[in-house]
Amino acid sequence: MSAGSALGSSLPLGGRLRQRLGDAARHWPVSTRVAAGVLAALVVVALLADVIAPLDDTAIDLDRVLEGPSAAHPMGTDEVGRDLLVRVLHGVRISLGIAVLAALGAVAVGVLVGVLAGTMGGRADAIVMRVTDVFASQNHLLFGILLLVLFRPALGGAGAVMLAIGLTHWPTLTRIVRGELMSLRERPFVAAAVGGGASRWRLARRHYLPHLLPAVGLAFVLTVPHAIFHESAYSFLGLGLPAHQASLGNILNDGQRSLLAGGWWIALFAGIAILAAAMTIGTIAEYWREHLHPRWRSELEL
Amino acid sequence: MLKLIARRLALLPLILLTVAAITFALTEISPFDPVDAYVGAESGVTPERKAEIAHAWGFDQPLYERFGRWVANVAQGDLGTSVVAGGQPVASEIAARASASIALVGGALVLVLLGGLVFGVLAAALRGTFFDWLVRTLCYFNTAAPSFWVGLLALYVFSIELDWLPAGGTSDPRAGESGGIDPSHLILPMVVLAMTQYAWFTLFVRNTLLEVMREEHVRFARAQGIGEVAVLLRYALPNALIPFVTLVGTHLSELIGGTILVEAIFGWPGLGGLTLDAALSEDIPLLVGITLCASVLVVLGNLLADVLYRVMDPRVREAAT
Repeated sequence: MSAGSALGSSLPLGGRLRQRLGDAARHWPVSTRVAAGVLAALVVVALLADVIAPLDDTAIDLDRVLEGPSAAHPMGTDEVGRDLLVRVLHGVRISLGIAVLAALGAVAVGVLVGVLAGTMGGRADAIVMRVTDVFASQNHLLFGILLLVLFRPALGGAGAVMLAIGLTHWPTLTRIVRGELMSLRERPFVAAAVGGGASRWRLARRHYLPHLLPAVGLAFVLTVPHAIFHESAYSFLGLGLPAHQASLGNILNDGQRSLLAGGWWIALFAGIAILAAAMTIGTIAEYWREHLHPRWRSELEL
Repeated sequence: MLKLIARRLALLPLILLTVAAITFALTEISPFDPVDAYVGAESGVTPERKAEIAHAWGFDQPLYERFGRWVANVAQGDLGTSVVAGGQPVASEIAARASASIALVGGALVLVLLGGLVFGVLAAALRGTFFDWLVRTLCYFNTAAPSFWVGLLALYVFSIELDWLPAGGTSDPRAGESGGIDPSHLILPMVVLAMTQYAWFTLFVRNTLLEVMREEHVRFARAQGIGEVAVLLRYALPNALIPFVTLVGTHLSELIGGTILVEAIFGWPGLGGLTLDAALSEDIPLLVGITLCASVLVVLGNLLADVLYRVMDPRVREAAT
């Protein structure tokens, strides 16, 4: 480790992170700050959902079926009398958790294929990229449904949803990684490193990775809202998580049935939770994108 | 131009073959057993009977043979039989449902184009004003809001609470079996489907227009003393429209996904509804057939976009020859 970062590393990890975040946040526009605040609240809720309000899927109260929002139940109750607020809190936890894992899966596949294509070059690269194009041209939702039906018996609802999202969202990552690798290879500093006798490992770690990581990180963050959307869509259609689980999509599915009985609040609040998660992550990613690559917009359009 | 079309159409079988190979490989990897899906949870079916069913459908033959036979069948337009839907051919099942979806997607497409064009041009013309801010905010909100959620809320407000529009289906069940589509039933699903793409198009028109407005020929038109409205509509808009038209082709794929959710909400009996039925009853041949059809649509949509691009932009035409 070089002398310059010695000061930073003497602080405990948490302190260092807080310091860096604090430095960065000073320049954030208001919208980004608001988004960061709301997102932080959502993440805390997701992490502490079990402590704040333990979930009981079987806590049926037939005296309180489909009650509108009130002081006792701020979001009302669902069609079997369960408190909706508790279910939405846990829905955020389940949906956000699955979305993050699914997006990580998509990133892993995408990066792997991208590195393969970018380093092999030539005909192998061309073939891999054409197959990637075919994957990319599939409609995410439709192809995901096919994957769900095929793999749900083996992996269970949550596993199949993650697989369906991961296997449909990777091509964007592949294109980004491959493109970065292609352009990096031509840069003078890489030629200098090769000329200086740098090993492949050193080249990868010191010269490729620092350029790839921010792009991959940003693409990951941009994938998360898509994953949230797809998880809730699959569950909403009755193809995702088991129906009793309080994911946001399942709550929306309950909400659709309750609409005819006048129960608008179920669909409304579950949807607002999805919207809040997607919009806050989107806003932060947008800021990061502008910050990282001012001229990059269209490339990362997922 | 003809050469381009011919070359791209020649690629179509190759793309379809890749899609077919991918889906076939996935069905092989997955532990999904079509025989079990057919006989269901009934315990009365003996292993011998299961083997018989598997043999009748050819599931017991080697991998390459089954793939080869399947591809040969697909090439002749035979997508197999829908396992759960009583052995009906997949192709006819898809064809029977297509018209309802075409009406829905076509209507939505017109709405998207008109809405995107009108609001995009207005926002660009009034850039920096409250109207521009409102359009951009609504678009941003619209891209983040899941379409099925918007659909549910629209269903509640307009069908249940206000009772202005019917809640689902293609026509009033009391009107009897006419088989036609009642326009009042089309409005809600069409608008909701249009909203899935609308924000994207509006922002695109606005931003391209603002970009074109900075170009030399626009500045020249202004210097000649041509009015701002005429500059916008006659000098900037045609150039901004070129990439816009190509978007229609490339966004066909997104509309396919949208129909699945919209048709599920409004009980619309089109291909999206068929997809959901197939998924819920684990009808793999039907799902694969729909996936292949969607791939054909996407390829044709992209081809259409390329052709339009050449027709509209002489620069692309010149560069290609």
